[in-house]
Amino acid sequence: MATEVMEVGDYMRDPRKHHFSPYMDNGGTTVAIAGDDFVMVASDLRLSRGFNIFSREQSKIFGLTPKTMLASTGCWADVLTLNKVLQARLTMYSHEHHDVMSTTAVAQLLSTMLYWRRFFPYYVSNILVGLDEEGKGVVYHYDPVGHMEKLTYSAAGASVSQIQPLLDNQIDALNMKNVTPPKMTKELAHQLIHDAFISAAERDINTGDGVIIHTITKEGTSEEKIKLRRD
Amino acid sequence: MDSLEDIHTGFQFSNFARNETLVAKGFPMPKSRKTGTTIAGVVFKDGVVLGADTRATEGDIIADKNCSKIHYLQPNMYCCGAGTAADLVMTTQLMASQLELHRLNTGRQVPVVAANRMLKQMLFRYQGYIGAALVLGGVDKHGSHIYSIHPHGSTDRLPYTTMGSGSLAAMSVFEVHWKPDLELEEAKQLVRDAIAGGIFNDLGSGSNVDLCIITKDGATMLRPYDVANVKGQRQGKYIYKTGTTDILSTSVRPIQIVSETVRKVGEEEMETA
Repeated sequence: MATEVMEVGDYMRDPRKHHFSPYMDNGGTTVAIAGDDFVMVASDLRLSRGFNIFSREQSKIFGLTPKTMLASTGCWADVLTLNKVLQARLTMYSHEHHDVMSTTAVAQLLSTMLYWRRFFPYYVSNILVGLDEEGKGVVYHYDPVGHMEKLTYSAAGASVSQIQPLLDNQIDALNMKNVTPPKMTKELAHQLIHDAFISAAERDINTGDGVIIHTITKEGTSEEKIKLRRD
Repeated sequence: MDSLEDIHTGFQFSNFARNETLVAKGFPMPKSRKTGTTIAGVVFKDGVVLGADTRATEGDIIADKNCSKIHYLQPNMYCCGAGTAADLVMTTQLMASQLELHRLNTGRQVPVVAANRMLKQMLFRYQGYIGAALVLGGVDKHGSHIYSIHPHGSTDRLPYTTMGSGSLAAMSVFEVHWKPDLELEEAKQLVRDAIAGGIFNDLGSGSNVDLCIITKDGATMLRPYDVANVKGQRQGKYIYKTGTTDILSTSVRPIQIVSETVRKVGEEEMETA
């Protein structure tokens, strides 16, 4: 039998299609809102696949530097790998320059790292937040292959299609007549993030269990946890 | 060319080939609402308890937060449904009607076996294309019965059963706590816990627990039996002032009366032919 197989070259046989699916969707939602002297970033705490819950207490936010944080959702394996590599790059930078990388520099580095995997991308939706050189809050939104956009607020992940229109309407006063956009304060940002997650958990099966909200100011960072429905 | 008389009713097998061609050309069949669900039923000392969650989903979105999944068949028989929403409603309504006619014809209470047989024969005839997974429960002169009925028409008579996407979560509760000859309160608590297992651990199931208790004295629907999840409270108010919506253009046109006629409608005889 063995010799028989040897005689027929691989190129002589019918091509066989091998199925390998390297990506999975682990749900999760992230929201970020920037103000003049602060930035808030939040994620839900549910990690899931299909109809199963993997974890009810998994934050999707990673601290990168004292004034920069990254919120990532999508394929959890890729989220972890991307963060591991990014952290390594930040360590290498700090060793070389004896300084912490600025938020704007981290933002550009992340874009470059994502585009390096152009034809086998990290299946991740990223929102990078921080304080810039003047201490202003900034939000950067990325697509999985590294297109970057600088914004004042953004949502990503499972419930993006529920939350982003709400923020467009409430922060930028879009699609309304005779309404001026409000001044962004910590109180308003907190209220919008809180209400966005409460409402998303009502209608999206991949968002729930809890929310963690991080606030970055020049004084430092703080965090708060809020409960969401667990069904 | 077929004349109108040549087109007869019934299943048109040629439509199958037509639909396949349409799919190949990029016109897929519209998606029906298939809901993730947890449904369950147990036999207890004096009858049966049926239970269901109340979430209906369309993909990842919750379409209905408080839908009813326990359907009426007869005063002594109810049926929980999981699967395609339209199939479940139409199948149970059809069965309720057929069973009522059967009761009128025979002049006696319909036994649960009869409902089981009618449901499985209908589902088998449709070869699984009616996406209905059912937990049938009832009490008759022979005793208390729970049947689980699969979309292809196979059925099992069991002392306790679960179905739907949350069936494993619910069954794990039954496997630990079920025992023969449960008291009513024990049975209610057991089914609640089983459904809650599905609600919290299966993303396709959620919101409240509905129960239906059937004994020889009749059936009681408890809807909701338990509000397992309270709605979160929003901090802000999101009310829009009048005039927020931009009106792009307005035009007012008067109704022009061209002519007026009054038609007398006389009494007609009822059609009896």
